[in-house]
Amino acid sequence: MNEKHTISCLVENHFGVLARISGLISARGFNIDSLTVSATEDPTVSRMTIVVDADAVKLEQVKNQLNRLIDVIEVQELKEGQFLDRELLLARVQVNSKGRGAVEELLKRFGGRIADANDHWVAVEATGGTKQLDQLIEQLRPYGITKLVRTGRVALEK
Amino acid sequence: MTTKMKGAQILVECLKREGVDVVFGIPGGANLPTFDALYKSDIRVILTVHEQGAAHMADGYARATGKVGVCVATSGPGATNLVTGIANAYMDSIPIVALTGQVRTSVIGNDAFQEADTVGVTRPVTKHSYLVKDVRDMARAVREAFYIARTGRPGPVLIDLPVDSTVNETEFVYPEQVNIRGYRVQAAPPIQTAQVQAAAEAIKRSTKPVIYVGAGVIHSGAAAELMQLARTLRAPVTTSLLGLGSFPETDPLSLGMLGMHGFEYTNLAVAECDVLIGIGARFDDRVTGKPDEFAKKAKKIHIDVDPSSINKTVVVDYPIVGDVKDVLCLLLSMVKPLDTDAWLKRLQTMKEQAPLTYREKDRILPQYIIQQVSEATKGNAIIATGVGQHQMWTAQYYQFNRPRTLVTSGGLGTMGFGLPAAIGAQFGCPKDTVWDIDGDGSFMMTAQELATAAKHRLPVKVAIMNNQFHGMVRQWQDQFYEGRYASSELNPVNFVKLAEAYGCVGIRVERKADVRPAIEQAQSVKDRPTVIDFLVEQKEDCWPMIAPGKPHFQMLGTYEMLSKDGGVAQRRRATPDEESKLSLG
Repeated sequence: MNEKHTISCLVENHFGVLARISGLISARGFNIDSLTVSATEDPTVSRMTIVVDADAVKLEQVKNQLNRLIDVIEVQELKEGQFLDRELLLARVQVNSKGRGAVEELLKRFGGRIADANDHWVAVEATGGTKQLDQLIEQLRPYGITKLVRTGRVALEK
Repeated sequence: MTTKMKGAQILVECLKREGVDVVFGIPGGANLPTFDALYKSDIRVILTVHEQGAAHMADGYARATGKVGVCVATSGPGATNLVTGIANAYMDSIPIVALTGQVRTSVIGNDAFQEADTVGVTRPVTKHSYLVKDVRDMARAVREAFYIARTGRPGPVLIDLPVDSTVNETEFVYPEQVNIRGYRVQAAPPIQTAQVQAAAEAIKRSTKPVIYVGAGVIHSGAAAELMQLARTLRAPVTTSLLGLGSFPETDPLSLGMLGMHGFEYTNLAVAECDVLIGIGARFDDRVTGKPDEFAKKAKKIHIDVDPSSINKTVVVDYPIVGDVKDVLCLLLSMVKPLDTDAWLKRLQTMKEQAPLTYREKDRILPQYIIQQVSEATKGNAIIATGVGQHQMWTAQYYQFNRPRTLVTSGGLGTMGFGLPAAIGAQFGCPKDTVWDIDGDGSFMMTAQELATAAKHRLPVKVAIMNNQFHGMVRQWQDQFYEGRYASSELNPVNFVKLAEAYGCVGIRVERKADVRPAIEQAQSVKDRPTVIDFLVEQKEDCWPMIAPGKPHFQMLGTYEMLSKDGGVAQRRRATPDEESKLSLG
């Protein structure tokens, strides 16, 4: 059965590493939901957080194949409940100044805020876990979402 | 103070320290500094006709010697011409290092003359690659490349060398230690003793074991340990195509090759066994047929150095990650002889009831020719092949007895591999007799390398099974496409004239009685290549065969197995009607 799994990789921070990893993922036919790359406390190392949609056998393959890459230093699967995860969402919602109050109320419950606004729309900002942001989107939808962007998950071991 | 050296000189110094005695390649604008430095060194440089030939020569050299093979090409088309050869080495885990020229770093990305993104193009088919943008990185890149190529699961590594990195100067400091934090072979987790113990327990309960061996045994140098395991357990041994040679086929415990064109009794043994010990093999689809049905009755053990090979196609009960030799040594300390008398007797009966055989026809049969080569060389020659029917017949009818004697393209199935690979093997093993058993279609893809062999007066022998067809394609078209020969017929070529044009000996054989004398004549030529043009039966099929994706007990070919209750088997010839029912669809 397919499930979402979070894999955290430490990789060499040099040129071409992202191409190796994305190439491997597409060549081996793995389904990924998101992939983020960022600097770490060590400037020679980057961290990639990859969310994979896979069954147990495929997940093992993803981890093993990633480990085969010379530029991958460490591959760790983050198990449910053992990590903090966040992503950032930005969305443009079509509300005028009258409707804004309701959106603000909604955002308050999700710990979000209005980052920008004009007479026609508000730009909404929120961070949270994937499911939490999914719920927020569902509740914003009736107001009319015209643009939406999410960063994908970053995760930290507890 | 150390004197400064040019990048290309540093490269050559590093090659010498890796023990490189020969490189194969072609010069061009972007790699002239490298060729100039090689010219001044005592490394032998073999100019090939085409870069694909250079990559296959490096590959054949590596397979025959166990050392890292090296090929050199210029930027752009030189590098892209290597790609097939690199992919071929990658699929079969062969250690080669490819050195490619590249345009100056200042114009990379500008679509300069003869520019290609070589690292990008080869990324999916290399174990690793380097783009040396700074001459100060040269020594480390070369050192690491050789280390990565030959350790762990071996494979090709590419080093892309922009012109400036080969002409700029720096102090040469040879990195004695290799320290790659993402690649720690020595520091790999110790073999899980408990897991080996569990596998040993499963083996103890077995009465019908089969050992299934791949090229990992050859790479790991574990043929002796394999023999000891087979003898101790009294278990029969079957090999994949690339595993041939790891276990002597003259041994009574040998079951020969399994899989799509494996022996019928071998595939049935795998279908019936209660424990399957997979060693250094990757359960390729040509081996397993339908993966769910593969050795369905067996507890499966899989020993492999590469964790990603385990549970990739077939889910196993006892995965063991580690170097094959180390694991086998440990396993040997845990197992005792098994009572396999009944099992071996049954396999013997199956073998006698359905021997590998062929029916005589008017023209010479390739199977007969290969048997004759096997006898004439006493199974001791190095045999390279192309890809197709002749390759499968070689696997079936040549008796391989020692590791590194079969040089063949397994995973990628690269036609045209045979001749250049034989040349590479002959450079690596000058005292051995090297044959290329080839098909006319396969041979013609790289036939121009006869010029390379002739120039160096190599006594390589080429046996062409000339049937004027892409024979395996023709066989599939007969079997699965109602005999529509879409682009499988070849124009007749006079290979004797071709051979002579290149300065080789050419012999044409049309009668069975002339087969053995021609082979003997070729064996007596010591100072140049010999090409034997065997005009063979045009539409001979390669049997037995498991149709793609079908289970092992449903083989096509001469015999059909009928199982009765109680496991007593009887055999008879399948009627043409039954054979057609077994085909695809």
